[in-house]
Amino acid sequence: MATAVMNRLDPRSRAAARGWSDLTIRNVFIIPTIVFLIVFNIFPLIYSLGYSFTDFSAASNEPVQFVGLQNYRDLLTDENIWSNFVITAKYVIVSVAGQMLVGFGLALLLNRSFAFKGLVTTLLLLPMMMSAAVVGLFWRLLYSPSWGPINYIFGLGDFAWLSDPDTALYAVAITDIWMWAPFVMLLSLAGLSAVPKHLYEAAAIDRAGSWYTFTRITLPLVSPLLMIALIFRTMEAFKTFDIAYIMSTQPTTELISIRLYKQAFQQWDTGKSCALAYIVLIMVLAITNMYVKYLNRAKER
Amino acid sequence: MAEIVLRDVEKFFGENYVIRKLNLTIQNKEFVVLLGPSGCGKTTTLRAIAGLEEIDRGDILIDGKAVQNLPAGDRDIAFVFQLFALYPHLTAYENIAFPLRATGESRSQIDGQVRAVAKAIQIEHLLSRRPSQLSGGDMQRIAIGRALVRRPKAMLMDEPIGALDAKLREEMRTELKRLHLENDSTTVYVTHDQVEAMSLADRIAIMNEGVLQQVGSPTEVYRHPANLFVAQFIGSPVMNVTKASVQTSGAVASVVVGEGDGSFGFPSELPQKMAAASHGQGDFMLGIRPEGVLVSRQQAPGYVPVEAHIIEPLGAYDIVDLKVGRQFIRARTASGYVGKPGETVYARLDESQTHFFHPATGESLNISFGGA
Repeated sequence: MATAVMNRLDPRSRAAARGWSDLTIRNVFIIPTIVFLIVFNIFPLIYSLGYSFTDFSAASNEPVQFVGLQNYRDLLTDENIWSNFVITAKYVIVSVAGQMLVGFGLALLLNRSFAFKGLVTTLLLLPMMMSAAVVGLFWRLLYSPSWGPINYIFGLGDFAWLSDPDTALYAVAITDIWMWAPFVMLLSLAGLSAVPKHLYEAAAIDRAGSWYTFTRITLPLVSPLLMIALIFRTMEAFKTFDIAYIMSTQPTTELISIRLYKQAFQQWDTGKSCALAYIVLIMVLAITNMYVKYLNRAKER
Repeated sequence: MAEIVLRDVEKFFGENYVIRKLNLTIQNKEFVVLLGPSGCGKTTTLRAIAGLEEIDRGDILIDGKAVQNLPAGDRDIAFVFQLFALYPHLTAYENIAFPLRATGESRSQIDGQVRAVAKAIQIEHLLSRRPSQLSGGDMQRIAIGRALVRRPKAMLMDEPIGALDAKLREEMRTELKRLHLENDSTTVYVTHDQVEAMSLADRIAIMNEGVLQQVGSPTEVYRHPANLFVAQFIGSPVMNVTKASVQTSGAVASVVVGEGDGSFGFPSELPQKMAAASHGQGDFMLGIRPEGVLVSRQQAPGYVPVEAHIIEPLGAYDIVDLKVGRQFIRARTASGYVGKPGETVYARLDESQTHFFHPATGESLNISFGGA
């Protein structure tokens, strides 16, 4: 049993004075978490699976009818849903690729010693710590065609980033890149500093140029951590709701999670939205699984 | 293959003066071992030759060309690291091929060279494995293979077998010697293990606190240590060193060890030799290796009675601590020659194996008696 490996309770501790055993203390820590998980995650997960086969609507009192796979059939043949998926895919690719490039690039720049390195790193991490709603509102101001600083700096006149249907999605993606590139940077930095220095020395002795060293030594050795960053960011980007919802109302920025929200809380089509949520879940799981397979292969070495 | 010359090399790490005016010439095809305790600057010196460490003053010449400002890759030397520094994500084959691929040689040429080297270091069966699947000895073989495959001007090795266990170390020592003989490569080898140094080196360069103490063949540094540091660093068990002075009565000279703890007879020309070394009658440090202390169970001319204190049986021979007054002198005797601790035996110092050092500077006084 797990209790066998636990350290014995310090006999002078307060817990011991109250007559608590190791087991009691373990339970005190673990049970609330388990209860929380069951109530707020596992129960809704299973319950919504049930709803996804019905025509239940949270806004009406009509009797709930079992409709089988009808919801799924409707959703998967609905062209609007597919266009939402295409928008989401575009968004995920642009924003995750951008985050990986910017984040890894920053990490390469930071992976040396210079004055105020700690301060610079901390400042670069700030965007990640902000609330997405606040970030969205601020970037809306930054993008503002009439007096936003972005157009002023780049001399774009009154170019309307967020109301132009072609650029709105990319404008949102840029904001997401700004916010989450630091996360990739953090993981990359950890990966870069874990590459033993003597490997670079060996490569220098072996007459490897800097590009050869980067592609044959740095990249392969950092790739497991890059892969982890990629998994996290892809999952998150796939589920993006807040930034896009706040920044733009264009139909071209209607990500799948926004579609889902509208279906569930504007049209009150609860059963169908449960089905859509399940479709999204399965897709995210599938993508993540592919990455994890690559990650394991990278880690084997 | 190349000649390496270090000329007035100096290196600081901040306030630390780690290499002090080092002058050393490594001949073409020579195997030179840099030997010294940890922190003596030997590894820094090696890394400076390789170009992994910049020097603050002086010149490093390879084949007469100053290279101290060239990056490591342009010096055409190979380096074997103590912790192997193999590329963990590459197979043994790819590791050995790395230096060739880095300079863009053709695939078929690389393959031929890698296989030839693998054969020479007998690791052909391991080529498809990754470092994590190899033993320490095999990893170091691969690392040596990676160094050899380029046919560099010189091989630099930083305690290459220091991380291996004792038995494997001995095996690899022989192999390194064989590889050196087969390849005739100029080699600079760093170690703190004097046995390794003695067995491998053509010449040993002993360093301490950034200062080169002595350079010479293994026999030379063993028989004629230039100073007390070398005398005590080379040889195992360690050389006996004790303060001593000369006493003459008539034609008989003797050496008194310690503060009058005991005296041993010496040839009568000792005082003249001391005078010739312009040291006069003062105290000096007397050094004698355990094998220079002759022990007899019977009273014999020139032998003085001493008490055997501790006996360390080492199989092939015993090391016996002899109590001379308050001093202890270690002697090497045939196995089991002295029966048990506490016995009285008779000892004499073989004057041909004694060394005389200045008591303050520790420099050898260069006094020797016949024989060696």
